[in-house]
Amino acid sequence: MTRNKPNIWKYSLSAVKGIYDAYAVSMINFLRKPVTEEYPEYKRPLPERSRGRIILTRDPDGDERCVACYLCSAVCPTSCISMESAEREEDGRRFAIWFRINFARCIYCGQCEEACPTLAIQLTPDYEFCQYEVLDFVYEKEDLLVDHGGRHPDYNFYRHAGVTEKGDKGAHPDEEEPVNLKSNMP
Amino acid sequence: MWFLGFVILLIKLAAVLGALVLLAVYLVWIERRLLAKFETRLGPNRAGWHGALQPFADGVKILLKEDLIPEGADRFIFMMAPAVVATSALLLFVVVPFGEGFTLWGRRVPMLFTDLNVGLLYVVAISTVAVYGVVLAGWSSNSLYSLLGGIRGAAQMISYELSLGLSLAPVVMMAGSFSLVDIVDAQAAYPFILVQPVGFLIFLVSTMAEAHRLPFDIPEAENELMGGYHTEYSGMRFGLFFVGEYVNMLVLGSLAAVFFLGGWRGPLLPGVVWFVLKVLIVPFLLIWSRAALPRPRYDQLMAFGWKCLIPVALVNIIATGGLMLLFG
Repeated sequence: MTRNKPNIWKYSLSAVKGIYDAYAVSMINFLRKPVTEEYPEYKRPLPERSRGRIILTRDPDGDERCVACYLCSAVCPTSCISMESAEREEDGRRFAIWFRINFARCIYCGQCEEACPTLAIQLTPDYEFCQYEVLDFVYEKEDLLVDHGGRHPDYNFYRHAGVTEKGDKGAHPDEEEPVNLKSNMP
Repeated sequence: MWFLGFVILLIKLAAVLGALVLLAVYLVWIERRLLAKFETRLGPNRAGWHGALQPFADGVKILLKEDLIPEGADRFIFMMAPAVVATSALLLFVVVPFGEGFTLWGRRVPMLFTDLNVGLLYVVAISTVAVYGVVLAGWSSNSLYSLLGGIRGAAQMISYELSLGLSLAPVVMMAGSFSLVDIVDAQAAYPFILVQPVGFLIFLVSTMAEAHRLPFDIPEAENELMGGYHTEYSGMRFGLFFVGEYVNMLVLGSLAAVFFLGGWRGPLLPGVVWFVLKVLIVPFLLIWSRAALPRPRYDQLMAFGWKCLIPVALVNIIATGGLMLLFG
């Protein structure tokens, strides 16, 4: 039985073509514009939902959204969130007396944001807050609190739930209009 | 008057050594920028104008590193091996004519150091000495990676030295002399690359292997051997290997210029400028190859050298001789 020998000329030709193609492709790339973005001069606009520095937002009425329910602190895999809850004198609404995030431990997983029932805690695209001192990474409530609604500017938790829920039947934002039985005939 | 000649020689030595090492150091930056361009990146562009101070930043960094000598290493050989690589690369340049020469105070100043009548043999001999640096560095490091790199380096460089020498034989036949000055003079009408394209290709491939540059960087293959023969080196000793490699690229480029591209001869511009331009062609081709080609397997490399390059070089010699007999 004779071994099936490869055709040496075909073999050589394909080798030469392979080498030629490699040179041609690299020369095409040589003539192209580099795709590099030069970071400190050009900062790529990050997507709205990218996860960076954490903020505490306010509802449209200007109240703090955070009700100090400890859910973010409980879900945090690195236990970098801590707070103490209290109740407001006038209406008994809960809030955090102090709220602390240690960004040296935070891994920006976003689970606190997912756990938050009032959309208070949110991650922002800002990621440039390096420090030389590790203690400078400990952010207190006044560092975290902002005066806007973050990603959900119109949401107000107490219109959907909680002690201040008021209004007639069908006036609740999550509720549909009451059905008129007279006109609802088949 | 011997004193004046001595001073001129010293000045020439200092100028060429400085220019060569500076150009070699800048070749690192040029290579990184060009390689980046080939990969649609930018490369180092922070230190100085377009990163032009990068070589000096690297130099400062490398000088400040600790000079480690591994336990169990053969200290003397370990310390001397980088010098062998760098020195043999620099010594090659002694016979290369890099310009036309001029008359100063009634004295003829040739633009080369010495016109050896066996210059080509000297080149081939000295470029083989560089193998010692690689082998001794690999052996004295007392490390398996280094040893493997050294062995590979020895085998590769010796086998490609053969095709390098054979590819130059037709040049000698056509110039009728081993002297590099005579070879440049013989190319007054046309550079030898026009009549020796195959010889030039073989020379170029052997050059890649000689300078152990990718795709023939088997002795230092980062992915398999970490650093090959210079795995254990750090600080300025590693820097010496590095500079030696780039000086080697430049010297091989200048040899390609002398043997195939007509040396310093060219229209309009002065001889030295033409020479530098021609010298930079080979490093550019080497960088292009680095961007284009993957590293072959070790046995493929040896098979290519022995079964392809050397036979083709031999056929090239015979064909050149036959044509010279017919027409010359």
